[in-house]
Amino acid sequence: MIFDSSIITDHLGDIGEGFMVTLGTWSAGVALGLLLGLLIAVAQLFGNRLVRAPLRVFIEMIRSTPFLVQLFLVYYGGPSFGLNLDPIPAGILGLGIYGSVYFAEIFRTGFESVARGQLEAADCLGISRLQCIMRIQIPQMLVIILPALVNLVTILCKETAVLSIITIPELTMVLTGIGSETFAFVETLLVLCIGYLLLVEACSRLGMLLEVRVGRFMQKQPR
Amino acid sequence: MFDWPLLLKNLPLLLDSLLVTLEISVAALAFGFVIGVIVGSLRLSPLPLLRRLGGAYIFVFRGIPLLVQLLFIYYFLPRIGLPNVSPMVAAVIGLSLAAGAYIAEIMRGGFLAIPGGQLEAAGLLGLSSGQMLVRIRVPQAVRLTLPALVNEMILLIKASSLVSVVGLADLTRTAQNIAASDYMFVQDYLMLAGFYCLINIPLAFLGGQLERHLKERTA
Repeated sequence: MIFDSSIITDHLGDIGEGFMVTLGTWSAGVALGLLLGLLIAVAQLFGNRLVRAPLRVFIEMIRSTPFLVQLFLVYYGGPSFGLNLDPIPAGILGLGIYGSVYFAEIFRTGFESVARGQLEAADCLGISRLQCIMRIQIPQMLVIILPALVNLVTILCKETAVLSIITIPELTMVLTGIGSETFAFVETLLVLCIGYLLLVEACSRLGMLLEVRVGRFMQKQPR
Repeated sequence: MFDWPLLLKNLPLLLDSLLVTLEISVAALAFGFVIGVIVGSLRLSPLPLLRRLGGAYIFVFRGIPLLVQLLFIYYFLPRIGLPNVSPMVAAVIGLSLAAGAYIAEIMRGGFLAIPGGQLEAAGLLGLSSGQMLVRIRVPQAVRLTLPALVNEMILLIKASSLVSVVGLADLTRTAQNIAASDYMFVQDYLMLAGFYCLINIPLAFLGGQLERHLKERTA
């Protein structure tokens, strides 16, 4: 088995485009997931029962079904609800929804980790609830939840490979496509594996840097 | 929106394929457990080289998307002289290798939680390190990590939805085939989601109960 590198160099442009699609859907999906997740966490913690009960059902459903099935529902089932999406927006929406419940779980533990006394103090000082969330809770909980967030973001990076099944031309789709054109499956799949390993590793390294940066105020504080 | 007679007609097909999904998930959990115990022990080995080896295994199999691993197996097995591996076997190999990496991390945590005195005592009593692993470390680690292992089972059942790429007709693939023939995407895929919920929600509940039970006992 000899590695034929010309197969890769010949298709470098396509691979680059696929890589960009992977990066794009990944970051858009993460952004959407973070936003939805924060909303869900806040609604769960501060909402009344009418809000919480259906959310609970939604969370359980998303957590117990495979990402692929959710994608099918958004992409193929969407048109029945008037949601006619192209593959890429459908993929981003699917990734965002899938990620949101896990992000929400992380945010929820984060919110609960901030001592109650601080919230009472903020209340006494006349700080509004929104201000309290933005200024007091989020900065402190970020330090605690960052490792979990980074972990989830890398998981979502790997999930983008599944988007190839709904015909999004991302890295997996492009490279397996080249594979079936040239029959050089081993070469293309090896490159694919290395590509994902690099992405995941870069993501976790970046996460570690970020942890240091976000946790800086903790070290400056005299104890 | 729902065509109930059609749903009922498809039910037996889906039930059959549910069995396939459950079979490969359970098999992958079992083989993954064996891999996990081995790799987890490697991670705790006193020899740096073995520790590295365990670390590399986990890095590779956790860093590459499962879909890509399955594709790799599908195209790679014929290349190394195994052209006629059945889809079922290929799927179980793929899922087990990936599960092994996750279970290795779980087992490492379990092994570390066992008091060192027990191992010293076992050593003094003349147990070999293999006996220690099988008789002392694994049984206790399993008890301690049972909730995490149940969670791994849920993850595996969900992950098994990707095995159609190696040509196996699992639950997801069967629902896809049904949807492709009757065009009732919403009802077919909702039904599919319902099947997964039906297995995973009770499992999650079981995991939660086990965790609470464990906390009460260790507290």
